[in-house]
Amino acid sequence: MPSQTKGWSPYLAGALSGLVSVGSVLVAGKYLGASTTFVRGAGMAEQLYAPDVVATLSYYLKEKPVFDWQFLFVCGIALGAYLAAQLSGDFKVQLVPDSWKARFGPSPWLRGVAAFAGGAVAMFGARLADGCPSGHGLSGMSQMAISGYVAGACFFAGGIVMARLLYRGK
Amino acid sequence: MELFFGLITGVLFGFLLQRGQVLRYDKQLGALRLKDMTIVKFMLSHIMVAMVGIYLLNDLGLVKLSLKATILGANILGGLIFGLGWGLVGYCPGTSVGAVGEGRLDALWAIAGMLAGAAIFARCYDALLGTVYTWGVYGKLTLPGVLGVSHWLVIMVLLAVFAAVLRFIERKGL
Repeated sequence: MPSQTKGWSPYLAGALSGLVSVGSVLVAGKYLGASTTFVRGAGMAEQLYAPDVVATLSYYLKEKPVFDWQFLFVCGIALGAYLAAQLSGDFKVQLVPDSWKARFGPSPWLRGVAAFAGGAVAMFGARLADGCPSGHGLSGMSQMAISGYVAGACFFAGGIVMARLLYRGK
Repeated sequence: MELFFGLITGVLFGFLLQRGQVLRYDKQLGALRLKDMTIVKFMLSHIMVAMVGIYLLNDLGLVKLSLKATILGANILGGLIFGLGWGLVGYCPGTSVGAVGEGRLDALWAIAGMLAGAAIFARCYDALLGTVYTWGVYGKLTLPGVLGVSHWLVIMVLLAVFAAVLRFIERKGL
């Protein structure tokens, strides 16, 4: 499938994204990050059916359910990825990733349950660690923060363990 | 204006994530299965450029660092929990939304799960404050700060280490 192999060198894309990050710090004073937005998003969703919970939980008071720089940044990632995929003919609706399908079969429901559960665990961990591969991995390690290197190493350690469990012997 | 900058930065970053092919489950699991290091190449290239740029601008007084506190209990435990979930979902928070942008709709499940995970965490936060968050609290540390040497020396060493890692990856054909 040639439409799935077109892309830039990850070195080029990564280095350019590093420049974007430097530009963002210079122009807006903002370091890249993503996971706090999911707290704000969860707070917004919960406000629809349990506003009193959102008004009392200290974590929602700390990370208020409002649109901020990072929230728009995260929305922008989806838009930018969409534009890039459309412009390069790389856009393709897919419900089950190739390597998942090869290992666990074509069921979108099994993949959906795993993605939901994995996402929930990952976000719990990211909030506990105070960042994800963007905030700790990219921004933290770029600033040579000890927290970034510790968390980054643990992200990969946990991920390698889970990948081993799921793809044992494959 | 701040919101506008956020959107523009996100569009640029998302564009590059897509072009670098790092939004895919297959690539993220490829790295965790130690078979395809595309995302490591992307991340290390990003860090090498951003590290030099940010410290250069910081020396010139044009930007400020924004360090996350080192709390070993939270960083390590949270990091490992994140990793276990990451290995299952195959997207991180930033790439999940980008993956939807390029049509990988299983990432919608990932995003829903992440929102649920954030809501669960919000309910555990107070209990964690008195426990995990009190284990190994060291404040806002940097590598050069701890080592007590010039940040440029550490930057040079890290650039060399990252370059060596990337060279190793290329030699192994990963």
